[in-house]
Amino acid sequence: MKVVVDLTRCQGYAQCVFAAPDVFTIRGDEALLYDSDPDERQRERVERAAAACPVQAIVLERQDGRRGQRHSPQPAIGDFEEAFMRNGHVVIVGASLAGVRAALVMRRQGFTGPLTVIGDEPHLPYDRPPLSKQVLIGQARALGTELPRRDEFDVTWRLGVPAAGLDLIGKQVELADGQKVGFDRLLIATGLRARPWPNEAEAALDGVCTVRTPEDAAALRRLLTAKPDRVLVIGAGFTGSEVASACRDLDVPVTVVDRGPVPLAGALGALIGRVAARMQREHGVDLRCGVQVEALEGDGSGRLRRARLSDGSVLDVDVAVAALGSIRNVEWLEGSGLAAGAWGVTCDAGCRAMDVNGVVADDVFVAGDIARFPHPVYNYQYLALEHWGNAIAQAEVAAHNMISAGSRRWPHLRLPEFWSTQFDTEIKSVGVPTYADQVVIAQGSVAGRRFVAAYGYQGRITAAVAFNQSRWLEFYAELIDRAAPFPPSFPTVDPPSDGHPVAAEVPDRPTPTGQATVVVTGHKPSERRARLVSRPYL
Amino acid sequence: MAGNGVWRQILDYSHRADPYPLFAQLRETPVLRLEDGSYVVSTYREIVALLHDPRLSSDVRNLPDVAATVGSTSDDAPPGLPPNFIRTDPPEHDRMRRLLTWNFGPPHRPGRIDGMLPELLEIVTGLIDDFAGMGTTRVDLVDRFAYPFPVTVICRLLDVPREDEPRFHALSGAVIEANNPATAGIAERQRRREKAMADLGQYFATLLDARRDRPAGDDLLSGLLRGDGAEEPMTREQVLSNAALLLVAGHETTVNLIANGILTLLRHPEVLDRLRRGNEPDLAARVVEELLRYEPPVQILSTPRNAVADIEIAGTIIPKGSPVILALAAGSRDPAVVPDPDRFDPDREHNEHLGFGGGIHYCFGAPLARPEARIALTELAYRLENPRLVDDPPPYRASPSLRGPRHLLVDIDGVEPARPPSEHPIAHLRRLP
Repeated sequence: MKVVVDLTRCQGYAQCVFAAPDVFTIRGDEALLYDSDPDERQRERVERAAAACPVQAIVLERQDGRRGQRHSPQPAIGDFEEAFMRNGHVVIVGASLAGVRAALVMRRQGFTGPLTVIGDEPHLPYDRPPLSKQVLIGQARALGTELPRRDEFDVTWRLGVPAAGLDLIGKQVELADGQKVGFDRLLIATGLRARPWPNEAEAALDGVCTVRTPEDAAALRRLLTAKPDRVLVIGAGFTGSEVASACRDLDVPVTVVDRGPVPLAGALGALIGRVAARMQREHGVDLRCGVQVEALEGDGSGRLRRARLSDGSVLDVDVAVAALGSIRNVEWLEGSGLAAGAWGVTCDAGCRAMDVNGVVADDVFVAGDIARFPHPVYNYQYLALEHWGNAIAQAEVAAHNMISAGSRRWPHLRLPEFWSTQFDTEIKSVGVPTYADQVVIAQGSVAGRRFVAAYGYQGRITAAVAFNQSRWLEFYAELIDRAAPFPPSFPTVDPPSDGHPVAAEVPDRPTPTGQATVVVTGHKPSERRARLVSRPYL
Repeated sequence: MAGNGVWRQILDYSHRADPYPLFAQLRETPVLRLEDGSYVVSTYREIVALLHDPRLSSDVRNLPDVAATVGSTSDDAPPGLPPNFIRTDPPEHDRMRRLLTWNFGPPHRPGRIDGMLPELLEIVTGLIDDFAGMGTTRVDLVDRFAYPFPVTVICRLLDVPREDEPRFHALSGAVIEANNPATAGIAERQRRREKAMADLGQYFATLLDARRDRPAGDDLLSGLLRGDGAEEPMTREQVLSNAALLLVAGHETTVNLIANGILTLLRHPEVLDRLRRGNEPDLAARVVEELLRYEPPVQILSTPRNAVADIEIAGTIIPKGSPVILALAAGSRDPAVVPDPDRFDPDREHNEHLGFGGGIHYCFGAPLARPEARIALTELAYRLENPRLVDDPPPYRASPSLRGPRHLLVDIDGVEPARPPSEHPIAHLRRLP
């Protein structure tokens, strides 16, 4: 049976582990890992786990199909909308988390026209987070992370053939095999792919890999179970750090090389990065920062043997994982007239794509990792997020807007959220930690690896990151929504030993002067609205 | 009616059988200031926000009027115990809770509760077997079922002699009474509770002394004394304090969940029938979750948390130092969040009830209470022949916060024999060796 846990919601209560201890496990205080495809004999236990989840984060494939959220179809405005709801043809490019979510939401909101989902991979939509975690340690199968299908919804799948072009005038998607698929409205959700090791010959060596697809994860799992003498992880971002964590779990020696000063610095800044560095070293990772890999070398049979680093050292390794970030899948949109580039596809806060002139293109929507959208809370700067939670939330808004007219459309105002499970620690973030000039430990103990850090920009709170303290984060999310002052000036339980703000040490980003301060209210996507305010402390 | 009047009525015993219309009135003032300066919060989103608000402390020593009485106990008072874990804040709270969890659940003992399921079924089977043999008969399902079942379980978990029940039941009753906001002011109730807890601690001290020469068992108490190896174990006084809490919580709450459950099922025979038919494997779990929303055993967190800073919520400022009371049962029926909240509907999607609270103080015993209630209700539904409620509403226990029937008289035509293990749903849930 298929299981997926929305770890953006999960707060580590562990009720699922009590109910189904062979399927769900807690590492450390609250880091949840689980089997995405447990044996059918576990069904009753897993159903109980799902019922017991205090935040209702566990989604299962239903056998009986008797449940599923039902919404009464919204009353259509005007003849066109009504006809579109009934007979319009929607095409979704990207058989992804965002793509399948959008399809589900459209059906639940009463859209009955034909719905086609195009995907370049041969798989039905699957869940990626387990591929760099549970799959590598053997708790889940690489090909077992297919997303549960809660509702039977009528979709035409076109899988295994990538989209190759988009004709906005003729309103059709061209596939790589030459076929054309017409649409009335289009959702672009083609996401990302892993950035490969840049030297093609070296990347082709046996033992050099990336982690993005189930095939990647299966290959890396095979390499890890063969007990390699040493694994080299190139890049200490989240994926690289999770791979290193899996190696240590399996007692495989691992060296992590990153050209930055500390792990996770690009996402969380150097202060928290230093905490991550200590954590890695305590778990036996050979962490080398401020160093680059200059060459990967193989033997006569094409097997990886060693790596040469920029500090002159040479490492004997038989596996190298390139965790160098990602490339957006936009090539198929070249020449389409949409504003698509290395940054993704630009859209408005309602997920409507923009053309190269910056004008909203009618009938084309964008969601998920490929979308680049303005966020009012962050001074209307365009964000491009590679987060599971954003893919879901943005797809819901895009889907709603694809079948709604004018003022009934929703803005995508969810605060960005993400998590990483590594070294028995749950790292969770809300807001945009790189949108900061200062950071402060707000609660807890850094030494004990149980703390919340708050990030601030020009006197207001913009993000919070928790290590094993995720139950406090929704409080900080509320502060971000309210544009509350930074640093937080109120007393809390579990005060930190040093509560002084320090420089955020995040990567530079161009920041215009004259900040827009916005307050966001509302819980559901249908309720969330922004309001511009001026604050005396700015 | 003004908010304070509604609150007084909720506490008044005459409204115990159905406080929900009053909770609806209470929600009209989401954050209500009481005459004694404490605040009652009754709407779902505000309760959830406060459960996750680090400006709210659970350590009563932070309350100004309680702090004033600490250390002023007279000479004849029993030696006080340190606060148990639910009356502390992090990091002390988190450390004690980790130590308690070490022998109870994940990460160290993830299968402990799952492994107890056959034993839970055996206890339930025995209790129901005892109703049999007389054809049509009248049974008090509180005295003969809902109470003895969880007491037996908690006694086994703590390795407390079952025959001591009359003794610790009286002590526990004093703790529950001290929790009842209708009985006295906050500081006075705190004093009474500490006295009762100290007496229970004394009971455990005697128990541990008597066990000293035995090899340590797998019970939670022995585990607490041993510690978990990774951290400093609790002091003996902390073990006594937390043991007292576990005993009280383990046998004063699940009894109400089970009794409220039987009552609710008898009032909703269509759900009882579905449970009896037994062809929906996840139904019992969903019934229990819906009970926790619809008729929760803990209605009000009446031992106040307290604001360590001014807290602005729902347009009201709760000033620093104020006690804060969370009306969980009112929140779980808040129509702003829960569709059709006054309907008992086990098929409800997305049941994010407040029955076990939330945040870092989420009910420690929840993973045990769930299978206890599930097995108890499943077996009663299957085995009782033609059960009929004698009094509706039944007489209630005094407390408005830990609310449930004092007695639940049910007429039955007989008792079906227990299903043989090979046919029982629990049987194929036994963990494979």
